[in-house]
Amino acid sequence: MTTEDVERLLIQFQDENGEVLGSPFDVPLDITPDKLQLVCNALLQKDEPVPLAFFVRGEAEVVSSLGSCVKALEVETEQVLPVVYQPQAVFRVRAVSRCTSTLQGHTEAVISTAFSPTGKYLASGSGDTTVRFWDLTTETPHHTARGHTHWVLSIAWSPDGKKLASGCKNSQICLWDPVTGSQIGKTLTGHTKWITWLCWEPLHLNPECRYLASSSKDGSIRVWDTVLGRCEKILTGHTQSVTCVKWGGDGLLYTSSQDRTVKVWRAKDGVQCRTLQGHAHWVNTLALSTDYVLRTGAFEPATATINPQDLTGSLDELKEKALQRYNKVRGSAPERLVSGSDDFTLFLWNPAQEKKPLARMTGHSALVNEVLFSPDTRLLASASFDKSIKIWDGRTGKYLMSLRGHVGSVYQVAWSADSRLLVSGSSDSTLKVWDVKTGKLNMDLPGHADEVYAVDWSPDGQRVASGGKDKCLRIWRR
Amino acid sequence: MFLHRKRHGYRLDHHEKKRKKESREAHERSHKARKMIGLKAKLYHKQRHAEKIQMKKTIKMHEQRKTKQKNDDKTPEGAVPAYLLDREGQSRAKVLSNMIKQKRKEKAGKWEVPLPKVRAQGETEVLKVIRTGKRQKKAWKRMVTKVCFVGDGFTRKPPKYERFIRPMGLRFKKAHVTHPELKATFCLPILGVKKNPSSPLYTSLGVITKGTVVEVNVSELGLVTQGGKVIWGKYAQVTNNPENDGCINAVLLV
Repeated sequence: MTTEDVERLLIQFQDENGEVLGSPFDVPLDITPDKLQLVCNALLQKDEPVPLAFFVRGEAEVVSSLGSCVKALEVETEQVLPVVYQPQAVFRVRAVSRCTSTLQGHTEAVISTAFSPTGKYLASGSGDTTVRFWDLTTETPHHTARGHTHWVLSIAWSPDGKKLASGCKNSQICLWDPVTGSQIGKTLTGHTKWITWLCWEPLHLNPECRYLASSSKDGSIRVWDTVLGRCEKILTGHTQSVTCVKWGGDGLLYTSSQDRTVKVWRAKDGVQCRTLQGHAHWVNTLALSTDYVLRTGAFEPATATINPQDLTGSLDELKEKALQRYNKVRGSAPERLVSGSDDFTLFLWNPAQEKKPLARMTGHSALVNEVLFSPDTRLLASASFDKSIKIWDGRTGKYLMSLRGHVGSVYQVAWSADSRLLVSGSSDSTLKVWDVKTGKLNMDLPGHADEVYAVDWSPDGQRVASGGKDKCLRIWRR
Repeated sequence: MFLHRKRHGYRLDHHEKKRKKESREAHERSHKARKMIGLKAKLYHKQRHAEKIQMKKTIKMHEQRKTKQKNDDKTPEGAVPAYLLDREGQSRAKVLSNMIKQKRKEKAGKWEVPLPKVRAQGETEVLKVIRTGKRQKKAWKRMVTKVCFVGDGFTRKPPKYERFIRPMGLRFKKAHVTHPELKATFCLPILGVKKNPSSPLYTSLGVITKGTVVEVNVSELGLVTQGGKVIWGKYAQVTNNPENDGCINAVLLV
């Protein structure tokens, strides 16, 4: 029996930032990713083996064997080949497949829905001017918070999960306590037109979760002190409606507006640092690479249990944990910002350093409604009114794939906590769960009777909540 | 009288008397209203009723002006999320109504159609006699003079044996279908002829005249059922005479 002499190749493991791991060594060409994983884990010397994905020359992923990858790329076998390894999330979120309950109670369309950072509470804002809290273990209504006088346009949980802020079309902001369902403090007024977005200060900057930023159609951004119940700073500069405001982890505020610019402000003194120009039409949405980590604060999805618990620990401990998580996700590079606009393109910026965009992502044939970074910041999803969702590389902005399947405009998307699955809600009344590794539809979730306006995936990965024009809030589980 | 007043002034107790008479008005009016009978009373009461209504309205109006009214506008309907606020609502077809109802209607064969009664077309109108044979005496062939639809996989019967000729010039594949609610017209491919009101013979031949119900491919519109399936076929009724216009105009049956 003749044994085939398999070609061997010298490879060198590198991590994402380019640092080499170990020294180059010999492997046969038909080595599979599993074996590569064993070797890499051994080199990393970690206690538990971490699942890894391997990329050759930063592009092609090693799927079946190294040999097929090499052949496809025509790499020279004489030289040392760098192979980049990327740790994937240790836990695996399972796709949601069934609607466990339809929560009725709102008397008008459900406009916004959000899970608390630990996934314990669910809040939804609606056109009937109420914010409702829902009990997730029994899937029944918990509290109804009344106090607004017009549609509740946006809601935001504080990173410690103890407060919920909601903004309405009459430019009022109210704070609610999820446990009792009653209002905390007084209503914050000051804006002259409706509130478009609310964003809290990150936990690692201030564990008390005191400051809140709100953007409005009147073109200004206000930073509120929720403890004292008054407006701390007013940031003006935009000439038209501000569509989105994000509080970055480095103490910078990013705002996008209909005047085609994105502005960067220093949160401490409210001074404008930079204006990022480039878009040709309204800038609809912003996404920060560290969005997910800022939203969940000190909560680590890998430690989630079946029954979500509140965050425990003193303020300092929480701050430490949040800071650690933030630094891990951020890595050595500064935060990246993506803006999606009505001119059908997206821009990738490095706002802390440069005025010029890193990349311009074209390809959509209708306006981009929402952009979201994946929790591990490697991928970027953009939902557009042209019925498709496009996935881009989170680092360079290179186009990866298109997810087609919806027959109506895609309104919102949400990533699962392990960055492997994506759920999207659209005007054709269905939700679809996509597997981003293969680019295929994982699960189709019909059931809503009318357009789906808001989608959210709980940070512990167990549930997806969706609300829409048919006044029902649906919860989906595995 | 006024001249006399100018010259001589009023009576000494004139103003007093006037004041008292006016204050007695209310009593006298009520006395009259109580005591009147007959036709006179009816007329009077009718008039009085109208008067009272007017009075009440003006009083209410005055009251409203005095008190500051809290804006009682109920929150308007049609709540949309923030990202849709500055945009015009996208017009789209409403979600399909109950599939069961549709199925029941189909089974019964009765539909609510926009054109319930159409002029029945006789055979001499729709089919033209074609004479064949060496002496042009045989007259068993017929040619269709109206627009028709033949399916994708249509092949003619051998010419010697085919009884009905459907000329290629009168074969159409697409129809201009109007959605009645959106008032938008789309050019959609025809899937088949469901029913021609004149005769089942025409239905089987695929003849399309005014009032015919055809099935069209609506995947372009992006309609989805409750169960999440995409709808790709719907019925539409033809509203014009296609043989005169050269195109098929239809209205979608929702």
